[in-house]
Amino acid sequence: MFRLEPRPESSRFWSVASPLLALAITVVIGVLLFLALGKDPARGLQVFFWEPIRSSYALGELMVKATPLLVIALGLAVCFRSNVWNIGAEGQFVIGAVFAGGVALLADKDTGRWIVPAILLAGVIGGMLWASIAAVLRDRFNASEILVTLMLVYVAEQLLNYLVYGPWKDPAGYNFPQTKTFEAVTQIPRLMAGSRVSIGLVIALVGAALLWVFLFRTRAGFAQQVGGLAPAAARYAGFSSLWTAFLASGGAAGLAGALEVAGPIGQLTPYVPAGYGFAAIIVAFVGRLHPVGMVFSAVLMSMFYIGGELAQSRLGLPKSLTGVFQGLLLFTLLACDTLIAYRIRWRREAAAAGAR
Amino acid sequence: MDAWVLLLAATLNAGTVLAIAALGLLINEKAGIVNLGAEGMMLCAAIAGFAAVVHTGSDWLGFAAGMGAGALLAAIFGVLVIWLNTNQYATGLALSLFGAGFSAFAGIAYVQEKLPERPHFFIPGLADIPVLGPALFRQHPMVYFAMALVAWLVWFLYRSRSGLVLRGVGESPESAHALGYPVRRIRLAAVIAGGALCGLAGAYISVVYTPLWVEGMVAGKGWIALALTTFATWRPARVLLGAYLFGGVTMLQFHLQGIGVEVPSQFLTMLPYLATVAVLALISRNPAWIRANMPASLGKPFYPGS
Repeated sequence: MFRLEPRPESSRFWSVASPLLALAITVVIGVLLFLALGKDPARGLQVFFWEPIRSSYALGELMVKATPLLVIALGLAVCFRSNVWNIGAEGQFVIGAVFAGGVALLADKDTGRWIVPAILLAGVIGGMLWASIAAVLRDRFNASEILVTLMLVYVAEQLLNYLVYGPWKDPAGYNFPQTKTFEAVTQIPRLMAGSRVSIGLVIALVGAALLWVFLFRTRAGFAQQVGGLAPAAARYAGFSSLWTAFLASGGAAGLAGALEVAGPIGQLTPYVPAGYGFAAIIVAFVGRLHPVGMVFSAVLMSMFYIGGELAQSRLGLPKSLTGVFQGLLLFTLLACDTLIAYRIRWRREAAAAGAR
Repeated sequence: MDAWVLLLAATLNAGTVLAIAALGLLINEKAGIVNLGAEGMMLCAAIAGFAAVVHTGSDWLGFAAGMGAGALLAAIFGVLVIWLNTNQYATGLALSLFGAGFSAFAGIAYVQEKLPERPHFFIPGLADIPVLGPALFRQHPMVYFAMALVAWLVWFLYRSRSGLVLRGVGESPESAHALGYPVRRIRLAAVIAGGALCGLAGAYISVVYTPLWVEGMVAGKGWIALALTTFATWRPARVLLGAYLFGGVTMLQFHLQGIGVEVPSQFLTMLPYLATVAVLALISRNPAWIRANMPASLGKPFYPGS
C-alpha cells in the first residue's frame, strides 16, 4: 500500500504531465480492449491517431468537430474556475441551436448576409437564457446547479423535439421530424473552398485568446476566480462570480449550437444534441481549464469522435467506442491529477522514515 | 376507476426504481460521499442485468449481475475519491460519462434481443380484493423489497451501532478517526453498498420495468434519484415517499395521454424533469431544512493524518 504526502506547493511539472500520462494510460487500456475484441491494436491506434491528421481534408474535419468542443469548453472554464458546476452545457447548446434555427428559418431568398450575425447572436441569447434558469434557482433558491442544469438538458431536448415534430416541421419533408433546410444565405461563411472549416474556428481561437486575457490580465477575471478559490474572501470583497459564470458558459454553449445548426447541420433535427456539451466538460478538465491547454484537448477529443466513426466503418466496431475512451480519459486524468498535490510514498519507505 | 387503479399500480412500479437507487445513494451520502455516477452505474447495470437474463434465463441472476456491475464501478469511484483524494463531483461525473459510453458500447449486440416471457406475480388471496388487489398485491417482489429496505434502513441508521458509526463518519470523519474507526474503509463499504443498490435499480429497469435494452434507457433516473436524497432531506422514509411521488409524475404522462388530454407528448415527457427542478428549488430554499439532516462532511474529502 501507499500513502499520499501533501506537497508544500502543487507541482508545475505534474500539472502538465498528468494529462499526458492519463492519455498514455487510456491508450494502453484501448490497446488491451482492441486485443480483447480480437482487433489489431495497430489498426485501432491508426484510426484514432493517424487517419484524422493524414490529409488536409481529414485535418479540416478534425477542426470542424473541435470547434464546438473548444467554444463550449472556453465558457465552462470560466464556470469551473469560479467553482460553479454547470454540467448541462448540452442543454444550453440545444437551446442556442433552437434560437439560432428560429432566426435562420426567417430567412428567404431576399435576405442579406446580415442574417449570419443575427443567427449567432440568437444562439448566444438562447444559451444564456437557458443557463439563467439554473442561475436564478441557485442564486435565489440555493438549488444545486449540478442537478438543475442536468435536468434542463432533458427538458431542452424535449423542447427541440416538440418543435421539429410539431410547429416547425418541414411541410414538404415527407413527415420526417425536421425543419426545412435553411436558406444558403444563413450558412456560416467557410474559410476556404473544399473544406467544411468555417469562421467558427476563428471565433473559437479568438475566444481562447480573449479568455486568456480575461483570466490572467484583468481585475474582473481575477475576481471571478477568487470566488472559486476562496468563497469567503470573495464575498468579503463583494465579488459575485455566479452570474458571470453561468452567462459565460451558457452563452458559449449557445454560440456553439448556432455554429453547428447554421454550419455543418443546416437544419434542426432531433439529432442536433450530439454530446458535445458533455464532451466539452472533459475538454475543459483535460486542458487544465487553460485556454491553450483546451485548444489541444479539443483537438484530441475531436480525434476520439472521428476515430470512433472510422472504427465503425473500417473495423466494424460500434461508434460508441468514442464515449468509452472519453470517459476513461477523464477517469485516468482525475487519478493522475493526484500527483499534482501529493507525493506518493510507498508504505515500506514510509515505515523506514517512521523508524528513523 | 380502472384507469386510476392502473395508475397507482404503475406509480408503485416506477417509484421502486427511484426508491432503490436513492436509498443506495442515501447510504453513501450518510457516510459523507456524493456519487454523481449514479446514472452511469445504472446504465452499466441495466445492460449487465439484461445480458445476464438473455444468457441464463434467470431474472434473479440478472439482478445479481446488475448489483455486481454497480458495486464494481462504485468501488473504482470509491478508491479514487477516498484514497487518491480526487474531487467527488468530477469523479462522479466521469463515472456517469464513462457508464453512458460503455453501456452503449457493450449493449450494441443486445439492441434487438428479447427476454423470455415475463413472469406475473401476485399474492394469493390478497390479489383478488377489488381495487386494492390489482393496485397493491400484483406487483413484482422488488416493489415489496424496496419497502422492506426502507424499514431496514431506518432501523440500521437510527437504531443500530453500525448505523451510528456510519453516520458518525459522515458527520465528523475526524472524530470517527480519532476514536479508532477505519473511516476510509467504512466510506468505501458505504459507496459499494450504494453502487450495488443503484445497480439493482438499473437491472430492474431493463429486466422488469421496460424489459429491453436501448442506449441511454435510464433517461435521467439516476440524476432524479440523486435529487431525491436532497428532497427527502436525507431521511429514508421520505426518500420512499418522494420516489412514489416522482414515480407518479412519470406515469401521469401516460395516463394523461390515455384519457385524451390535448398536450403535445414532449411536454408530458418533460414533467418528471421539471418536477425535479421545482421540488429542488422549493426544498433548497430553506437552508434550515437542508442543514438539519445533511451529513456535515458531505462532499468534503478526508485524508487521515494530513
